[in-house]
Amino acid sequence: MARIVVDPITRIEGHLRIEAEIEGGFIKDAWSSATMFRGIEKILRGRDPRDAWFWTQRFCGVCTTVHSIASVRAVEDALKIKIPPNAQLIRNIIMGIQNVQDHVIHFYHLHALDWVDITSGLKADPTKTAALAASLSDWPNNSATYFKAIQDKVKAFVASGRLGPFANAYWGHPAYKLPPEANLMATAHYLEALEWQKDVIKIHAILGSKNPHPQSFLVGGMSIPIDPDSQNALNADKLFEIKRLLKKAQDFVEKVYIPDLLAVASFYKEWAGIGGGLGNYMSFGEFPDANGNLWFPAGALLNRDLSKVIKVDQGKIAEYVDHSWFDNSAGAGKGLHPFEGETEVRYTGPKPPYKNLDTNAKYSFVKSPRYEEKAMEVGPLARILVAYASGHKETKAVVDLVLGKLEVGAPALFSTLGRTAARGIDALLIAQQTPKWLDELIGNIAKGDYRIHNNESWDPSTWPAEAKGYGFHEAPRGALGHWIKIKDKKIFNYQAVVPSTWNASPRDAKGQRGAYEAALVGTPVADPNKPLEILRTIHSFDPCLACAVHVMDINGNEVVKVKVS
Amino acid sequence: MSSNKNCEVSENSEQNLEKREYSVGEILKQRGVSRRDFLKFCSAMTAAMSLPASFAPSVAQALDEVKRPTLVWLNFQDCTGDTEALLRAANPTVGEIVLDILSVDYHETIMAAAGHQADEALENTITKYKGKYLCVVEGSISIKDDGVYGCTSGKTHLEIARRVCGGALATIAIGTCASYGGIAAAVPNPTGAVGVKDAVPGATVINLPGCPCNADNLTATVVHYLVFGKIPAMDSKGRPLFAYGKRIHDNCERRPHFDAGQYVEHWGDEAHRKGFCLYKMGCKGPATFHNCPTQRYNEKTSWPVASGHGCAGCSEPGFWDTMSPMYKRLPNVPGFGIEHTADQIGLGMAVGVGAAFAAHGVISALRKDKKAAVKTKEG
Repeated sequence: MARIVVDPITRIEGHLRIEAEIEGGFIKDAWSSATMFRGIEKILRGRDPRDAWFWTQRFCGVCTTVHSIASVRAVEDALKIKIPPNAQLIRNIIMGIQNVQDHVIHFYHLHALDWVDITSGLKADPTKTAALAASLSDWPNNSATYFKAIQDKVKAFVASGRLGPFANAYWGHPAYKLPPEANLMATAHYLEALEWQKDVIKIHAILGSKNPHPQSFLVGGMSIPIDPDSQNALNADKLFEIKRLLKKAQDFVEKVYIPDLLAVASFYKEWAGIGGGLGNYMSFGEFPDANGNLWFPAGALLNRDLSKVIKVDQGKIAEYVDHSWFDNSAGAGKGLHPFEGETEVRYTGPKPPYKNLDTNAKYSFVKSPRYEEKAMEVGPLARILVAYASGHKETKAVVDLVLGKLEVGAPALFSTLGRTAARGIDALLIAQQTPKWLDELIGNIAKGDYRIHNNESWDPSTWPAEAKGYGFHEAPRGALGHWIKIKDKKIFNYQAVVPSTWNASPRDAKGQRGAYEAALVGTPVADPNKPLEILRTIHSFDPCLACAVHVMDINGNEVVKVKVS
Repeated sequence: MSSNKNCEVSENSEQNLEKREYSVGEILKQRGVSRRDFLKFCSAMTAAMSLPASFAPSVAQALDEVKRPTLVWLNFQDCTGDTEALLRAANPTVGEIVLDILSVDYHETIMAAAGHQADEALENTITKYKGKYLCVVEGSISIKDDGVYGCTSGKTHLEIARRVCGGALATIAIGTCASYGGIAAAVPNPTGAVGVKDAVPGATVINLPGCPCNADNLTATVVHYLVFGKIPAMDSKGRPLFAYGKRIHDNCERRPHFDAGQYVEHWGDEAHRKGFCLYKMGCKGPATFHNCPTQRYNEKTSWPVASGHGCAGCSEPGFWDTMSPMYKRLPNVPGFGIEHTADQIGLGMAVGVGAAFAAHGVISALRKDKKAAVKTKEG
């Protein structure tokens, strides 16, 4: 049995290593390891809870808004703060476009090269490519001249002899199945999406100064003022710029992303039977209205059973460290709830440079969160499945449409291809919904409601001596939770259990695999020296490792030296 | 198998390259970028480098002559925020950078190859172009416990940095983490995180701090090097003066409100809606050197103060500790003259801020003379 190592897994956020055992052309077992650690939660202790969003935002610069959202929600929960409706709508718009932009970047720039062979596109006939594209959508760039220009550009690039980031890849691998024309079309859209993503995300700059790391979040609301009669606030000019950009986002998703996704998927239908993995799914739900009702429903599904949606209770989450490089004085095999946890980093892996990890022992900086002791998969697939099983009208319509076009049934969703398709479905639903939140915001402003912040509990002197709270956010990559304990106006403890912690987790005390590990088992590998298939399944999760690695310590006696005065 | 064929294509092309190297200007022309767009780009770069507009033609001429330089980009203890910033670059766009201007031979977030094929790509580049390639580092480097808190392909980031940065023509530390250790280095710095210069003291390092770095400052630094054949002048914190030579406070669009004593007192109040000064809401602009007010972000759409939130001081070393809490106002800020650079007042100011918070706000007013700055440090 051959053990192969893929490290670095590229085209992801962060540092991920996969080790896999291959037998008879299939993966028999797999281990997921995160190899970078910073310890930001420990750094947070002793600081001002109102600052936490700014710190946790740096968990990740890709899903750059998600930890800010979860953090302000956790503090608002702890201090019982209700935010004004406009602040909620602004957050919804920020989350909405984050989701859509992130998914498009993932599909074209992080995932596409697993399915698309750019070099094959050089052999394509531009006229036939134009005909193929026109058969899929009425996108204005579907001309032969356009595809010819892209092809010439790529040819000139290859002729320069410097392939840059496209060098040494798996080009020509037998698992690539798209015809040259589809490859050329996807290559063109790879470049187009690169332009598009930087434009549409300007919504974050308008509402929050910049992207990545927008800077207008506040505990209690948002800092972007609203005043149609001011040039320094959200006014008609800025609102209509957002409207234009949301339209641009929606157009691209409807006319490029979804048609490309369906076209590519139709050549890889066997992947609807590969990479299913755990079969347990969890979503925290998202996009609250003014009354706190969620547009995407929360819930969990077990054993691929779409007939029974379980209510999610944060109290049933616990983290295990039996295969993670942390100490746990509570004892081996014990999981701890995020409020009660106690963990200290202790690297016990091999001394670098190393060839293999000892996967029987501890082998990752990611912990193993479990829901009622069960490993769960989170992400767009979980979100869409929970919404679908809950009878969410909009989701049901789009899912049925996609299944119909691909001529497959709902069980096809439990797969690598299902994960990739669900991300597109998610992007489409949110791209269509976000303009409605903008309209609602404009309606409020028209009625003279300019409130963006609830000042009542801004001053720490109004806070209780002790408080605790949690904030959930259904981020692009799935269910995210932050837990905070506040004592004497300072952070006493902070804990984040993030989507990639669920998905990238190593085995737990019972030996149950994490979601990546489970999904890889059974995956075919045609050439162990070029494990393209591993990338397909791992990328279908859209890993984000910097987020996933963290530490906390509530019982440590070390006093953080920075004083909060 | 067709993969072999493709390998041959690229090998042959490598040989072609030996015969004929393309200039950036030529390559752009070949790719269908018009001369007009090229000159527009040169003007934008001239502005970003704070050069007079009359320099634009010499920027164009230099780019016409220079070859497509090799760049490798390393991710260490990072959040990928600076890579995302690169994806938002407009002048030039990331597509132009990758396809036309530079040869980005290694960048884990965007590269097609993975695992040992990715390793090989890095190895090939740093061997073939030893002493000639540019390196960009994103993220801090853990040096505690022999660097075990950051590994890629079984090697520590510390080892990789020593090897790759050590053999580079110059290393650009992008973002505050690579420059000074950043968030991971904040108290109590659990992993012993440091910036590139501390991890690899022998390397030639240009710091481009900011959280994230403004992509325009990255491209301007590269173009500065291409145009002038040398790295830009820097302050004592290793930051190019063209981007970090002036205080945010001195270029802030809201400065007149500070001078007039017009301050925001509560989020969403009338002063906030009218765009008054955010000093009382904790703005760290008076202690921060960065070109945010003029360069702005996302194609000059906005910057933090314009979104109604104070500056966090993110381009200053140690800002995570010295500039927090974020909403705590700076101690007494007298009106420094704009003629002072970070080296003259910034250091004393930043240390002063930290000391002030540690001493619960008891601090004497900062003076622009060195003596007072030293006193502040002690106080």
